[in-house]
Amino acid sequence: MGQTIIVQDLQKRYGDVHAVDGVSFSVEQGEFFGILGPNGAGKTTTLEIIEGLREADSGTVEVLGMSPWPRNSRLLPKIGVQLQASSFFERLTAREQIRTFASLYGIPAKKADDMLSVVGMEDKAGTRSEQLSGGQAQRLSIACALVHEPEVLFLDEPSASLDPQARRNLWDLLRAINDAGRTVVLTTHHLDEAESLCDRVAIMDHGKILELGPPAALVRGLDSATHISLAAGTLTVPAAQELAGPDASVVDDGVSLTFATHAPAPLLTALAERNLLTGISVRGATLEDVFLQLTGREYRA
Amino acid sequence: MTPFRSLSRAMLLGFVRDKSSLFFTILFPLMFLVLFGAIFTNQGVSKSKIIQIGQVAILDQAPGVGEILEITKQNDLAAAQEEVRKGDYEAVVRQQGDRYELYYSAADQVRSATVRGVFGQLVGQANAAGVPQRFTLAAEQVEDESLKIIQYVTPGLLSWAISMGATFGAAMTLVTWRQKKILRRLRLAPVNTTTVVSARVGASVAIALVQTAIFLGVASLPLFGLQLSDYWWMCIPLVIAGTLVFMAIGMLVGGLAKTSEAAAGMANLIVLPMAFLSGTFFPLDTAPQWLQTLSNIFPMKHLNQGMQDVMVRGQGPASILPELGIILGFGVVIAVIAVSLFRWDDV
Ligand SMILES: Nc1ncnc2c1ncn2[C@@H]1O[C@H](COP(=O)(O)OP(=O)(O)OP(=O)(O)O)[C@@H](O)[C@H]1O
Ligand SMILES: [Mg+2]
Repeated sequence: MGQTIIVQDLQKRYGDVHAVDGVSFSVEQGEFFGILGPNGAGKTTTLEIIEGLREADSGTVEVLGMSPWPRNSRLLPKIGVQLQASSFFERLTAREQIRTFASLYGIPAKKADDMLSVVGMEDKAGTRSEQLSGGQAQRLSIACALVHEPEVLFLDEPSASLDPQARRNLWDLLRAINDAGRTVVLTTHHLDEAESLCDRVAIMDHGKILELGPPAALVRGLDSATHISLAAGTLTVPAAQELAGPDASVVDDGVSLTFATHAPAPLLTALAERNLLTGISVRGATLEDVFLQLTGREYRA
Repeated sequence: MTPFRSLSRAMLLGFVRDKSSLFFTILFPLMFLVLFGAIFTNQGVSKSKIIQIGQVAILDQAPGVGEILEITKQNDLAAAQEEVRKGDYEAVVRQQGDRYELYYSAADQVRSATVRGVFGQLVGQANAAGVPQRFTLAAEQVEDESLKIIQYVTPGLLSWAISMGATFGAAMTLVTWRQKKILRRLRLAPVNTTTVVSARVGASVAIALVQTAIFLGVASLPLFGLQLSDYWWMCIPLVIAGTLVFMAIGMLVGGLAKTSEAAAGMANLIVLPMAFLSGTFFPLDTAPQWLQTLSNIFPMKHLNQGMQDVMVRGQGPASILPELGIILGFGVVIAVIAVSLFRWDDV
């Protein structure tokens, strides 16, 4: 297995803004790679440099052993890109759009139509792109990126503005594409998405990669508390505190009584002995907690 | 479908589904044709209306004079002068022995100058020849030489319509495709720029030929009465060459402008004055010499000239070659500049 993407020490400035500041990482063939980060972190800029849409101020990028800059027409058929802002020909229907894109890669119209049904857009095939809803436009844009079956797929916030159903469908689709051996790189604001799809994620802020690794490893490395919630008033706060021990914190916000503890097992046993497990919810640390700790900010999805 | 065909198709569909660009490219020039046609229908140079008081030898003895002057006979000089003052007539003429008296109004300088010119000539000829019957007004009759107004206006309006269509088509495609990120998307697809540009050229040429067909069709209706000469079809290479040169101008505009409003403004700023200065709407024959010389730097002037030569002046196919060469030369120069200004992206 080779390295599909190798990025070394990328730098990109826009005037005073240091949009990308020394980013290095590599993506293996067949890997599902995610880039997370708050708005303005530099995700899109990084992605666009790798795709060959922007020139880095310094640093090197190699995709499938080739340099994407300047425009490299041997590389282009092998990559598929869904841009953050969807870009369609004016006044063409969904079907005409994808057929036009397909033709640019020498793909027959029939396959383009099939791709439209893969993303569940066949009943919107005759609608002009201007009249599609946000989520429908997003799906069309993803279909256009996939139509030539690229080896490497770049998706910039693919699930933005999708409804939960469409988001699940997209996940299934992306998993299938990845299982077929294609490399996928995506940016997302949804940590659950990154957790469920990505083999590895890079967390970015202020143009730098703060942490990189498999989501589970990042969460484990965080050593954060497990949250256990019960219905409010199940126990009084002092009683709960006594049960949980001095290292845990207990909060009753009137809706739920929540313990945060690093030793969940004894607490759960104690609750079980008192027959208080009804309606219990146990939440371990998630990528969200990792993110919060790294960037010091709430995830603005 | 090949990338070339699918891109041209995408552009043409985008064009025909946009009502306002359809209007401005096809109907707007036709409106001008109707307008000019209505103003000037069957009207060459209109006759000057003058009043004759009593006997006026040079008028009574000159047989051809009725073709340029519409003469009304009256007796009261003062009343006639009043009518001239009101603008109903151009002049009053009276003979007092050997003296011809001409009263005209300064309100319409052009008309009165014409009338004065005509009389100057009449008197001059009468003096020179001394034989009244030998008077001839043939020298004054430029009408056979000049073109009937529809004959003049059609090639001009057509060149203008083609120029507008090509300039706006290229400029707008470039700007809106850049704004809507379609150019970036195309940049990510394995098509070369030549294909994208030739697709636009293909679409623009197709639009221009349709414009030409509709325009000539309408102008040839009995209502307008355009008479095409034998080699009118030689206007097709001219239309294509004109499309190319004005597309290059449009690409230039599209390269400079950031928004479609700016592009529309710039395109108008270039095409409209050029149309006037190239004699598209009105002949330049009466314009000062420097202006006539200046007009040669505009490709539209040459487009016009070539169109008139083959469409209405009845010149042979070879006559357009110099104009065609000049237009294409312009096209190459402008295209080189346009390519250097080309940007895929806003930023
Ligand atoms: N074309 C540009 N000109 C100037 N500054 C830019 C440009 N594009 C991006 N920036 C700046 O670079 C920084 C990184 O932007 P980028 O689009 O990469 O962020 P992002 O991580 O994709 O954010 P989001 O989650 O909102 O999509 C931002 O501060 C942004 O303002
Ligand atoms: Mg972004």
